[in-house]
Amino acid sequence: MANLGSTNNASKLSGKVAIVGVADTEVGVLPDRTPMELCVEAALKAIGDAGLKKSDIDGILTCNSMVQPLMYHAEAMAEYLQIFPRYCMAVGAGGGTTFTAIHHAASAIATGMADVIVISMADTMRSGLSREQALKVQASTGHPEFEQPYGPTVPAYYALIAQAHMAEFGTTQEQLAAIAVSTRQHAARNPAAQMRDLITVEDVLASRMIADPLHLLDCSLVSDGGSAIVMCSAERAADLPHDPVYILGAGEGHSHEHISAARSLTTSAAKEAGERAYNMSGLKPSDMDFAQLYDCFTPTVLVELEDLGFCAKGEGGAFVDSGALAPGGSLPVNTHGGLLSHSHPGNPGSMFALTESVWQLRHTAGERQIPNARHGLVHAQGGIMSSHTALILSREVN
Amino acid sequence: MNTPEIAKILPPDTLLSRPFWEGCRQQELRLQHCADCHQFQFYPRIVCSHCDGSDLSWRKVTGKGRVASFTIVRRGISRAYEAPYIVALIDLDEGPRMMSSVVGTEPETVTIGDIVEVQFNQWGEDYLMPVFQKLEQI
Repeated sequence: MANLGSTNNASKLSGKVAIVGVADTEVGVLPDRTPMELCVEAALKAIGDAGLKKSDIDGILTCNSMVQPLMYHAEAMAEYLQIFPRYCMAVGAGGGTTFTAIHHAASAIATGMADVIVISMADTMRSGLSREQALKVQASTGHPEFEQPYGPTVPAYYALIAQAHMAEFGTTQEQLAAIAVSTRQHAARNPAAQMRDLITVEDVLASRMIADPLHLLDCSLVSDGGSAIVMCSAERAADLPHDPVYILGAGEGHSHEHISAARSLTTSAAKEAGERAYNMSGLKPSDMDFAQLYDCFTPTVLVELEDLGFCAKGEGGAFVDSGALAPGGSLPVNTHGGLLSHSHPGNPGSMFALTESVWQLRHTAGERQIPNARHGLVHAQGGIMSSHTALILSREVN
Repeated sequence: MNTPEIAKILPPDTLLSRPFWEGCRQQELRLQHCADCHQFQFYPRIVCSHCDGSDLSWRKVTGKGRVASFTIVRRGISRAYEAPYIVALIDLDEGPRMMSSVVGTEPETVTIGDIVEVQFNQWGEDYLMPVFQKLEQI
């Protein structure tokens, strides 16, 4: 078992930092918008939502854009906004980037590197990539010498995980499909989601096979969009307009980069990420009122449910069958519609799971509000189930 | 500019792994072997991933293994890759796992646990790539 790290860290970080402002841009198909424009729009809206001014911001975090890669993305964003921060960084951990950035930002606030940080991310994967760029993105995933020549596509890598889980535990295609179905049920309640028409297990299984056992509807969307949050100390948060959402736990786990070098195909480093986050927070899986889990493909949700302790290893399929993930279930998952149905603009994808979590914990999520939501877990992963970050958020400080 | 990439993806040449590709050209699968802990590793590295030893040499291995997982890619990565084709993870008898393909059979007949043996397919002008065939059919 991996070293779970110093418990001192818990007292330094848990409950010390809060999310005080959130905003999403429109998502879906946004031709003629650049990633930088969407980043800036989301940042300004989030700063406004926090009841703050640009001059209050002294930290900026972002991720790079695949469509508009810049040598200094965070610095370019600061310049565009005319913010002159003392903490400024572009984080790169693929799909895990978003919560890795939050973990960094929380530590930076707790240690005094910055007081008020805006984290804004956007990309235009749907409208902004040429065919050549899209092929390059697909083909550049994987080990250049010992994986890429075999022609694996991104869905193919995740299909390897799904097949292994099915062979080891008897998980079925229907159970994977049920994840897409419940996620769409959530999206149907979210006016901002890109795909809102309800689907059935039969629809998923009848959709085109992409890489066995993954059908088209087992795969996430390709979208344009941006999202931002503002973070500051818990003390300062008390003076701001919205109910603060506190970061009680944060944990990362990193086990490999290439799927052929993974320690296991069916157990991921989400396990360590979750254990570290739970330890820091003093909470456990059964305390969570919802979970937003990285769902680039349906099997990731299955493995994450197990690794994050919501059910035993191998029982993800049965857990899904119980209806737990759906609206009104015992553990609603991806209440905004996830990457499968809300939007997936690339590296920024999980930002929307974060803003949704804040709305849920502020109790302002409208039709999809989980009654009396107190605590939630958000998780993101990058690579091929390679790098994981879990955050435990709460409307209460212990 | 909009021309789709039609050449197969070739492994970049590195000094460290040249004996691997040279072995493939001679129809033999080679792995790095550690003189300190007597284990094999893949992919090639400048240190042993088991014991951090650096006394590594190349050895010919059996080329036999089992399918640890696989998928049938229905939409190829480019026109050079004619779908459907298999992307698989192969657990070699000597221990290491490698990504490869299973060829010479209908994709639908492949299952996890199948026993396979290496063969070498031409890849561009200069490379032979190790791919695998179900052993019963050889």
